[in-house]
Formats: sequence, C-alpha cells, structure tokens
Amino acid sequence: MPVNQAALPTDILEQRSHRDARHERLFRWLLKGCALIVLAALLGAAGATLWGGREAFSTFGWHFLVSSAWDPGNDVYGALVPVYGTIATSFIALLIAVPVSFGIAVYLSEVAPAWLRTPVASAIELLAGIPSIIYGMWGLFVFAPFFANHIKPWLTSNLGNKPDDGKLSWVAEHVPFVGKLFGSDYPFGASILVAGIVLAIMIIPFISSVMREVFQTVPTRLKESAYALGSSTWEVSWDIVLPYTRSAVIGGVFLGLGRALGETMAVTFVLGNAMQLSASLLDPGTSIASTIANQFSEASGLQKSSLMALAFLLFVVTFIVLLIARLMLRQLARKEGH
Amino acid sequence: MSSPYLRRRITNALAMVLSTLATLVGLAFLAWILWETLRQGISALDLKLFTKITAYGEDGGLANAMVGSLIINFIGIAIATPIGVLAGTWLAEYADRTKLGESIRFLNDILLSAPSIVMGLFVYTIIVLPTTVLTHGSTTFSGFAGGVALALIALPVIVRTTDEMLRLVPSTLREAALSLGVPQWKLTLQILIRAARSGIITGVLLALARISGETAPLLFTAFGNNYMAINPIEKMSSLPQIIYQYANDPGDSMHALAWAGAFVITMFVLLLSLASRLILSRTKVSHD
Repeated sequence: MPVNQAALPTDILEQRSHRDARHERLFRWLLKGCALIVLAALLGAAGATLWGGREAFSTFGWHFLVSSAWDPGNDVYGALVPVYGTIATSFIALLIAVPVSFGIAVYLSEVAPAWLRTPVASAIELLAGIPSIIYGMWGLFVFAPFFANHIKPWLTSNLGNKPDDGKLSWVAEHVPFVGKLFGSDYPFGASILVAGIVLAIMIIPFISSVMREVFQTVPTRLKESAYALGSSTWEVSWDIVLPYTRSAVIGGVFLGLGRALGETMAVTFVLGNAMQLSASLLDPGTSIASTIANQFSEASGLQKSSLMALAFLLFVVTFIVLLIARLMLRQLARKEGH
Repeated sequence: MSSPYLRRRITNALAMVLSTLATLVGLAFLAWILWETLRQGISALDLKLFTKITAYGEDGGLANAMVGSLIINFIGIAIATPIGVLAGTWLAEYADRTKLGESIRFLNDILLSAPSIVMGLFVYTIIVLPTTVLTHGSTTFSGFAGGVALALIALPVIVRTTDEMLRLVPSTLREAALSLGVPQWKLTLQILIRAARSGIITGVLLALARISGETAPLLFTAFGNNYMAINPIEKMSSLPQIIYQYANDPGDSMHALAWAGAFVITMFVLLLSLASRLILSRTKVSHD
C-alpha cells in the first residue's frame, strides 16, 4: 500500500522532531538551572550568614555596629574594632596602591618601549596569581621584621608621640593627629600599617591591569591629536587618557577595594590580632576576616553568631563595593559600543 | 626657554621618572616575594615532605596535606567544571542580551571577587552543620565540604571564561550546523563547546590555580587532619591550611615546613598559569 509506505517516514520525522523539541527543552532547563546556581551562591552566602548571625543581631541590635566590646568572658560582642581594622587597612592599601598602579599603567601604555611592555605586564600579572597565603607568610617572616627594624624606628622617632628617647619631634608637636598615628610602644612589626602595605602589594596587580586595559581603549587618534598640539606624555596621560577612562579607572579602584576588604590570609598574618581600638597605625589590630579566621573554630553560642553577623556585614559591604566597581567598568564598555 | 615651557618639561620628566619608579617598585616586590619563597622553600625541601605525615610534627612531612589538597581540589574542580561550563554556555548561547542573562553575568563577576571566607561560612552552614546533626556528630567537617567551598570559588572563573570563549566562536559555524537541521542542544554540545575547548580548558586551569592557594574557605569546612585521610567524608588536611597552622607556630622547624609547603603551592600555581598561557597562545595560532 503506497499510502502507508509514504506515511511511515513522515511519522518517524514527526517523532524525531518531537523528541528533539523535548531534548531541547530539557537541555535549556539544565543550562538555566546551572546558571541560577551562581545566583543561589550569592543569595545563599548572604542568607546563611544573616541566619547564623540572627542571635547576635537580635541580642545587640544596632548597638552591635558601634560597640567596641569583644568580651567572650561576659558574652558581649560588638563589631567596631574589626570593622575599623578592615576599613583602616583597606584605606591604607588604596592610598598606596592607586598612585603606584596608575604609574605602572602609564608606564606600560605610554612610556615603556614596545618590546618591554608585554614581559613587564606579564610579570605584574604573575604577582596577581600568587596565592594570598604566600603574601601573608612573606609579610610575617620577611616584611614585618624588616619593617620593625628599619622603618618603624624612624617613623616613631620622627613622627610619633611616643619616641624611644622621649623627645618629641617637631612634626609630632606641631601637626595635629600625626603624632597619634605614628606613636607606638609595641615592639613588633605586625600592625595596621604593615597589613595595609601587604594588601597594597596584593591589589596593585589587579588595579594596574584594569587601568592598563582601559587605557588601551582610548582611541589613538585622540592621543595623537594631543601630541600633535604639543602635549607632553604626562599631559596626554593626565588630561586625555584619564578623563576618557575615568569611570572605568574608578571601577578598577573599587575592584581592588573589594579584594582588600574581603582578604583574609594576607592580613591575618601581619595584623597582630589584637582586639583593641588604637589611634596608632603602628599598633596591632584586627579585621573582620581575620577575627573570623582566628575565632570561628573555637567559638560557640553568641560568639559564633556574632562572627556570622560580622561575615554578613563584610559580605554586604563588599557586595556594594563590587557592584559599584562593575557598574563603573560597564560604562566604558558601553561607550565603546560593546 | 620660557618658564611655562620649562615647568611643563620638568613636570613631564618628573612624572615619567615616577611612573618608571612605580613599575620598578612593583617588580621589586614580585622579585622579593618569589625570591624568599624559593630560597626558604628550597632549603627546606626534603624527601620526608612527600613520605611522612604531619602527625610527626617537626620530624614529619606534608604527605597527608598534599594528598588532601589534591583530593579537595579535585572535588572542587569536578563539581565546578560541569556546572560552570553549562552555566557559561547558557549565558553565551541562550541568554545573551536577555535581562536575566545580563544580570547573572553581572552577578557572576561579583561572585568572582566575593570574600572567600564568607563562602567558607556558607558551606559550613549548608553542609557541615546538617551532616553534624544527621550523623549525630560522627561526621562534622569533611573533605567533601572543603571541595564544595572551593567549587563555589572556581565556579565564577569557569563561567566567565566559557562565556567569553563561546562568544568568540564565529556565528557562521552555528548557522552552518542549524541549516543542516542539527538541533540546538546538539550544536551546543558537539560543535560549539568543542570549538571553544581549549579556551574552556584554560578557564578550568585558571580556576584550579585560583583554588589551590585558597586557605580561608577550608578552615571551617575541611578543617584539617594530622593523619592521612583518603575518604572525603573525613576531616582532611590541605597544604594551605597546614601552612597557616605551621606559620603561626612559634617553632623554627615548623616555619621551614611551612616554607616548603609555600614553595610547592607557588610552583604549582606558576606552572598552571604558564600552561594555560601556552594553551591559549597555541589556539590563537591554530585559528589563523
């Protein structure tokens, strides 16, 4: 029967296209499910730490944010000391890393001879690949002792209000705050300043590679016009390249800040882990991440909950910083028409 | 010479010197850190590192930590690779320019630099706490939990590279396959992912380099173990965790062991990044 013979392949074809459609639907759902895991990881991390910290938040309320107490004996906890340490170390890191990264980016995009650019850029990027615990070890065993022996004595005797010989320097006497910032009778290197320096070394490759990448998006025509009008290399960098890439440069800086805020290992080793609020940058302190790393394993009850609450604060703050970073970086991409 | 001109030249010269100096400072710190790791690490290298476990303390080695690191990293990569590749494929092939796709791509970039210690606490909450309750405390911290924590850190790296690499595949390839009647899932799995294979492998290697030095998320998940553990439901030691523990120890011989561990990790990470660079540069040639 010719009709049936003709119908058979159509049947098979129809079956096959149904099967393909079914597989296609399944495949789409599978892919979408995997992509949603990214979303789940972020929401889950926020939710888990908020849930873990609920006891601390409900016990201390808003007072948790402004209290400098951290007393496991009396079960009283406040976030001020670790929050201060996190902000102070990250601020010092940015203060050092931003100008240095800008210098590196300018060097690599405007100053260096062409043959030198790629190897130097790869070497700086190599610095970004070194695990943070190596920075921590180097900081603890090499840099902190070096700092305590060679840099700290100079700082305390020339700038600080607690010099070894008891004689106040001119700066400590006449410039407000500086004496307090650099006054310390703590004998070791580990301190907020050293942690800030180690963090700076860690985030320099991140910030400088973002800056270098965005500097390369500046149209050559724009730069050449400026050079043709007699601008110097510095004027092109400062007046043409930087304004053109401003938002992305700020984005790169915030990206580095996000890294610095959440970094645990590089900081824990060189911060001295002291739960104290000191005006001096040369005194030891603590940060959110290093407080958690040091205490979580042995904590229980309200202390554990307070550590979770600290983690929640850290997560929310870094999320906002990174959000700003990505939004700023996207502006330049949009200008480029990507 | 007029004075404004002179001032501009001096400013320029100063800026050039300072920017060169900034680069030299950056390179100097790189050299300093690598040099100390090499010097202290090589002088502490010893066969017992690979044969003895950490239970012997300063007379011991790092064998259990190395095995633990391998197992935990393997679990992390084994979980993150399929999920990350499929999620990256969704972003590039199915959700490009859709609202949900754009937001997930954006959030993935944030997850890329999210604090790893918070990821550790997240996995502590969703795996360590439930297993402790379910097994009545016989299984608490585990190598598996450590692997999941590392997977969460590797995931955004793999998602991002897969997404980027697939978007580099020429669309003529897609059109050719679709015009032959190949269903889109088959096109994606058998043609596109294969075309972007070396790029995706690079992403996986980069992710491995990233997680093999991670310490913070392992402290409350894999925890540590002074004896050899192969079973992933046991507490497990890892190189970064042992480095953290030994570096904080007051004993000098413990510090030597920590430097040896640091040396091993640094070499591993540098080799991985070198390998991924080689793979990428080779594919560029083959595309020409």
